[in-house]
Amino acid sequence: MTYQLETAQHPETLRRVAIDPVSRVEGHGKVTILLDDQNKVHQVRLHIVEFRGFEKFIQGRPYWEVPVMVQRLCGICPVSHHLAASKALDVIVGAKKLTATAEKMRRLMHYGQMLQSHALHFFHLCSPDLLFGFDSDVTQRNIVGVAAAHPETAKRGVLLRKFGQEVIRVTAGKRVHGTGSVPGGVNKALTVAERDALLKDVYHIVQWSRDAVHLIQKVHTQDPGLYNSFGIFRSNFMSLVGHNGDLDFYHGTLRARDDNGKILFDGVDYQQYDKYIEEEVRPWSYMKFPFFKSIGKEHGWYKVGPLARVQNCNQISTPFAEHERKEFVDYAGGSPLHAPLAYHWTRMIEMLHAAEVIKELLHDDDLLGGELMVEGERQMDGVGVIEAPRGTLFHHYRVDENDLITMANLIVSTTNNNQAMNEAIRHVARRYLHGREVTEGLLNHIEVAIRAFDPCLSCATHALGKMPLEVELVDPEGQVVHALSRS
Amino acid sequence: MSQTFTLDGKTIPFADGQTIIQAAADAGVFIPHLCYHPEFKPHGSCKLCTVKVNGRHTASCTMRAAAGMVVESDTEEINAERRALTQMLFVEGNHFCPSCEKSGNCQLQATAYHLGMMSPHYDHFFPNRAVDASHPEVLLDFNRCILCSLCVRASRDVDGKNVFALSGRGIQTHLIVNAKSGQLGDTDFTLADKAAHVCPVGVILKKRQGFAVPIGERKYDQAPISETVGEGQ
Ligand code: SF4
Ligand code: FES
Repeated sequence: MTYQLETAQHPETLRRVAIDPVSRVEGHGKVTILLDDQNKVHQVRLHIVEFRGFEKFIQGRPYWEVPVMVQRLCGICPVSHHLAASKALDVIVGAKKLTATAEKMRRLMHYGQMLQSHALHFFHLCSPDLLFGFDSDVTQRNIVGVAAAHPETAKRGVLLRKFGQEVIRVTAGKRVHGTGSVPGGVNKALTVAERDALLKDVYHIVQWSRDAVHLIQKVHTQDPGLYNSFGIFRSNFMSLVGHNGDLDFYHGTLRARDDNGKILFDGVDYQQYDKYIEEEVRPWSYMKFPFFKSIGKEHGWYKVGPLARVQNCNQISTPFAEHERKEFVDYAGGSPLHAPLAYHWTRMIEMLHAAEVIKELLHDDDLLGGELMVEGERQMDGVGVIEAPRGTLFHHYRVDENDLITMANLIVSTTNNNQAMNEAIRHVARRYLHGREVTEGLLNHIEVAIRAFDPCLSCATHALGKMPLEVELVDPEGQVVHALSRS
Repeated sequence: MSQTFTLDGKTIPFADGQTIIQAAADAGVFIPHLCYHPEFKPHGSCKLCTVKVNGRHTASCTMRAAAGMVVESDTEEINAERRALTQMLFVEGNHFCPSCEKSGNCQLQATAYHLGMMSPHYDHFFPNRAVDASHPEVLLDFNRCILCSLCVRASRDVDGKNVFALSGRGIQTHLIVNAKSGQLGDTDFTLADKAAHVCPVGVILKKRQGFAVPIGERKYDQAPISETVGEGQ
């Protein structure tokens, strides 16, 4: 069929054309560590090659193309970009309030995305470290090893992801790089057959997600010495929160807290994001460093993503996930938990919430039809914000009177976490590498810290469970004494 | 219609004055084509419709059928040539199917698919062409123009307006808009014009339409191009 021409058969070719200058967005991680003669650590940096060319690339393009085009930015969570761009363009086309069908279809798409991304991240990428240990046998420390030792866990990981992808397919039209969301709404509703196929599976998806929360909870609480301190740093944190402060991945207002959990700002309309957030350029990194303007560069940075969201909301609207949130908050003991490894626990709580929301939505007949699109008074400037699997994602566009994009600014989740990830690996380097001979197992500790944040690195290698990461040990003269590449 | 010729061994009847492609279409046989459209005079420029008549290459959209002709079309050799032509069209322009709103409705893409084109093969030219968004209802994205001249013919022969023209020669050939400014917004072109609806690729686009038609409901999602014999764009 024709649309397969776009996906299965041609991508290496046609797609490459489209994304060639953009594909590097998906990036490459590189950590550099400066050591002295005694192997003492002097400098640690995480460089992510973020290619901002995209923002230039879409200038001069018609706005309605953007939600589809922008998905090329990321192979893992294209839906997040698809929806963040659509939300910004809703503002442009004057669609102040979407129809019930449109809003719910988008929500379903997004929660499907959340489910598949979180499942991929946890089961394929992190479970080997968590189940076998950070410096366990490297030949076993992968998804194949998990499949051998814990076949049921590995199988569920695959099926959870598949379910999420199926939700995306029926809402977006394709599993990857669909077209479902358009400025002002969506282009399709759900058919009864599509809904029933999902309903058949959703109950055990919810159950498996609960089990996944319990699995990581057990792993975490059994070894608090490691899990509560590994890579720890304190910071502010931020996310969208929905109605009444609910956890909400699709829509809401911005809320930020300081490291003690005190509210810094709340109820902020994200159209005003640039009054609250600024991005700092540092000469050594391609990726910018955002911070809260009110606090300033030095202390105003923050973290985003599951750990921020679950501790930022007042409650979760679905019962099982809310129960798990309370368990987590109790465990944290009244103040925010900052341990990077707690990202995994909160990520699984979010996956459970996503599964429950999908289940609820599938019982909602609004999905089966009705008005799909609205429009209103045309605007020139629009911001769309969404909670992507990895954290808050900003899309900001300006469009001229001829409908062409004149300005685009994107702050992706990984950029929001830039400083936070750097802090985490610095802590790990000091704690584990300092003064010691470097081994693969020790270097994997660095990766474990980065992986907790689930940064958007290259999709292909990510999917295979290998971060395209290079670690270089450089002596004081700048000579590379040891290099290790996982790409 | 007592006269006939053979096409890949099949007997095809034809009427006086019919071209090979017309007679084939009437008989339900598909011959790949891009610049041919049943409602317009043939242009004979894309060469996709090339067949062999009595062993010699010729464009089936311009060649009149004659009694007793032996025509080959759906052969490995000819399809390989068509594939190469299609690949050249892909690399000459900027055809980024995954983010093109014409995807699924595009004759070039459907033809590439029909011919089993798996890669563009040649080096991309990556031409630098701006879009013309000056018209309130219609966008021109010249990046995708394959110079079939259908819009030229439609505007001139049906709309009586002459909004479009091909200018330059050889590899420099390009589509222009007949206005002092060169901008579509400065012509009397309207969305009701025939020329607004004939482009086989994604150059002449109704504005703000974008991806309103979901995947699965687009023209070539319903049936491959070989089953759309005789239809215009
Ligand atoms: S704009 Fe379309 S119809 Fe006109 S010459 Fe180019 S490809 Fe053909
Ligand atoms: S269709 Fe005959 S030459 Fe183009």
